[in-house]
Amino acid sequence: MEQYEPDRLSAARLAAMRRSFRNGRAALTRRSLLRAFAGGALAVGGVGALSGCGIPAAGTTRGGVPADDHSKKEKTVTFSNWTEYMDVDESGREHPTLEAFTQRTGIRVEYTEDINDNTEFFGKIKPQLAAGQDTGRDIIVLTDWLAARLIRLGWVQKLDPAHLPHAFTNLSAQFRNPDWDPGRAYSYPWQGISTVIAYNRKALDGVEVRTLSDLLDNAKLKGRVGLLTEMRDTVGMTLLDMDKDPAQFSADDYDAAVARLQKAVDKGQVRRFTGNDYTADLTKGDFAACLAWAGDVVQLKADNPDIGFLIPDSGYMTSSDVMLIPNKARHKTNAERLIDYYFEPRPAAELAAYINFVCPVDGVKDELAKIDEEAANNPLILPDQAMQAKSRAFRSLSSAEETAFEEKFAKLTGA
Amino acid sequence: MTTVAEAPPRAPAPETEPPRKRGRWTPYLLLVPGLLWLLVFFALPVIYQASTSVQTGSLEEGYEVTWHFATYWDALSEYWPQFVRSVLYAASATVLCLLLGYPLAYLIAFRAGRWRNLIMILVIAPFFTSFLIRTLAWKTILADGGPVVGALDTLHVLDVTAWLGWTVGDRVLATPLAVVCGLTYNFLPFMILPLYTSLERIDPRLHEAANDLYARPSTTFRKVTFPLSMPGVVSGTLLTFIPATGDYVNADLLGSTDTRMVGNVIQSQFLRILDYPTAAALSFILMAAILFMVMFYIRRSGTEDLV
Repeated sequence: MEQYEPDRLSAARLAAMRRSFRNGRAALTRRSLLRAFAGGALAVGGVGALSGCGIPAAGTTRGGVPADDHSKKEKTVTFSNWTEYMDVDESGREHPTLEAFTQRTGIRVEYTEDINDNTEFFGKIKPQLAAGQDTGRDIIVLTDWLAARLIRLGWVQKLDPAHLPHAFTNLSAQFRNPDWDPGRAYSYPWQGISTVIAYNRKALDGVEVRTLSDLLDNAKLKGRVGLLTEMRDTVGMTLLDMDKDPAQFSADDYDAAVARLQKAVDKGQVRRFTGNDYTADLTKGDFAACLAWAGDVVQLKADNPDIGFLIPDSGYMTSSDVMLIPNKARHKTNAERLIDYYFEPRPAAELAAYINFVCPVDGVKDELAKIDEEAANNPLILPDQAMQAKSRAFRSLSSAEETAFEEKFAKLTGA
Repeated sequence: MTTVAEAPPRAPAPETEPPRKRGRWTPYLLLVPGLLWLLVFFALPVIYQASTSVQTGSLEEGYEVTWHFATYWDALSEYWPQFVRSVLYAASATVLCLLLGYPLAYLIAFRAGRWRNLIMILVIAPFFTSFLIRTLAWKTILADGGPVVGALDTLHVLDVTAWLGWTVGDRVLATPLAVVCGLTYNFLPFMILPLYTSLERIDPRLHEAANDLYARPSTTFRKVTFPLSMPGVVSGTLLTFIPATGDYVNADLLGSTDTRMVGNVIQSQFLRILDYPTAAALSFILMAAILFMVMFYIRRSGTEDLV
C-alpha cells in the first residue's frame, strides 16, 4: 500500500495535489477549461487524417445481392414495420394474422415496430447497406419514394415470382405498375396511403372548403392551415389543384407549385408543416383544415365527430408503403412467403379491418364484409371505380431531381 | 472448532517490488477507459465530420475528399438567418432561465428549510419524462382555444407581444414566443442546479458579517451573494445556452416556418436533402460559433471556478 508521503512526491505532483484540495474538489477552472478547448482544437487540426475517410460509391451492387438463404434451416423471419401498422388482439400483445401465419407454416415471425420516419430509418440502415452488410432484417416496409431510391441504389433483392402466387394474382390494378418498379420485381405494397383534405368542422366555423386553393387563399383560415412535410404529398396535391398531373410534370411545373405554396406561407396562411403529428393539431382545432392521410382520418372520425375529410374534384394523391427484402437478408424465402400470405383475401381483410388504410389486395370485399360491413363499403379502405379514377401517384425522380426538389421544398418549410 | 486466537500469525507479504513503480502507471491506466471513450465517440466522429464537410459527390457515385471549402461559405451565406435566430432564441431562453431560476435557487438554498428536498424534487421530477413528451405537452397547454391563450387574449397581453413581433394574431403556438418558452422550460433545471450548488456553498456567516457592517439586504446581495454565486451563473448559462442553440425539437413542434433554427436546417440537410457535406459544414460552423462565444463569455465573466 502506498502511503501519503509528501517528501517522496515530485514538485509537480505536489502542486497538483494542492490544487485538487482547494475547494474540496478537483476544481474546474476557467484556465483549465480554456486549455482543454485549445487542446481539442489542436487534435482536430490533425488534418492529414481527414482525406482518409471518403464514402464509397453505393451504386455498384445494382440488382441486389442475394445472401445465402438460411430459410430451410432457420424457420424464422424478421419483419420491421411502422408503429401501429398491424392488427392487434384484445391483450394488445399478439398479432392474430402473424400468429396464423406461424401456425400454418411453422415460421416464427420476429415482428418489430422500429420504423418511425422514412428519412431517419434510411439514415439508420444506410451504413450497413452501403457496406454490403446484413441489416438483421428480412422485410422492411418503406414509403414508395424511398423504396425507389433503395432499388436505384441496388440495396434490395429481386423477388422470386414462384414464391408469390397470391401476390401476383391479387394485387390491385392501381398498384401494379409503378414507374420505379415495373411489374413489381423488387417490392409489393403493404398498404396504400391516400392524401386528402381533412377539417375540423368546429374550427372551420362555417367556412366552406372544397379545394386546396381554399386552404391556401381563404383569409378566414389564416394561420390555421396545415400542410405535410412529405414533399410528394404536399406538392402533389398542389400540382393537382393547379390542373397538372403529378405523374408527369416538368421542373417548371414543380417550381410553379412551390411558388404557389410560398405565397401562402408568406401570407401567414400556413401554420405549420407537420408529419404524423397533425392529428393532434386537427383534433384540438389548432388546424381548421389540413392535408392528411386518409387512414388516420378514418380513425380520428371515430373518436371525434367534428373531424371530416373531403376529396377535391381535381383528385388526390395515393402513395404506398411497400415491403422490401434488403440485401444480405438471411431468410429470403421465408420473407417471400410472408409477403405472399398478406395477399390472401382472409389475412388482407383482417388487416384492413384493423388499420383502415387502402387495401392493395383485390377480392377482399366479401371477407372484409364478414368482419366489418362498414369498412367494406368505405371507399377510403377499398376504393371503388370512381375513387380509383381520381387517384394519382407522384412520378419517380432521378437522384439529382430528388435533391433539387427536396432542397426547394425545405426552403419552403423554413429550413 | 478453531478460534480466532488459534490461527497462526500471518507472515507479512514480502514486497518484491517497490510500490511506486506500479503506482506510477495507475493514474494513466485509470484514464484509459475515459480516453478511449473520448477517442471513439468524440475525436473520431469530429474528424469524420470534418472530412465529410470538405467532400463532394452524391449517394450514387460516392463521396470523395476534394477540399471543397466553398461548402462552408455557401452554407453560411444561405442559412445565416437561421444561425442568427438560433443564437437569439437561445440567448433569450438563457436570460429567462436565469431570471426564473435565480430566485428559485436562492429560495432553495437559503429559505426553504425542511422543504428543500421537496422543492428540489419538484424541479427535477418533470425530467423523468422524455423531452419530446414535455414539449408536446406545451402544445396542449398553449392550444388556440385553451385557457392560457384565452386569458392572455382577454388581458390584451397578446396585443403587446404581437406588436413586438413575438406572437402572430391571437395565438401563441407556432410563434417565436412559443419556441423561446419551450426552450426556457426544457432547460430550466440545467440553470437551477448549478446555481443552487454554488449558492448553497456560500458561508452564511458572510451574510451575518455584511449585516453587522450595516449593509442593506440589497447591498449584501450585490456585494456578497451574487459575486460568490458567479461560478453557478456561468456554468448554468453555459449548460442552458449551448444545448438550446443546437436544439431543433422546440422549433419543430412549437414553431412555424419562420422560427426554424439551425438544428432544423442540419436535420433536413442530412436526412431529407441528403447533402451530407453541407450538413457537416453547418454543424462545424455551429460548433465553432458556440466555442467562440463561450470562450469570450468565460473570459469576460471574471470567474475562476466553474461550480
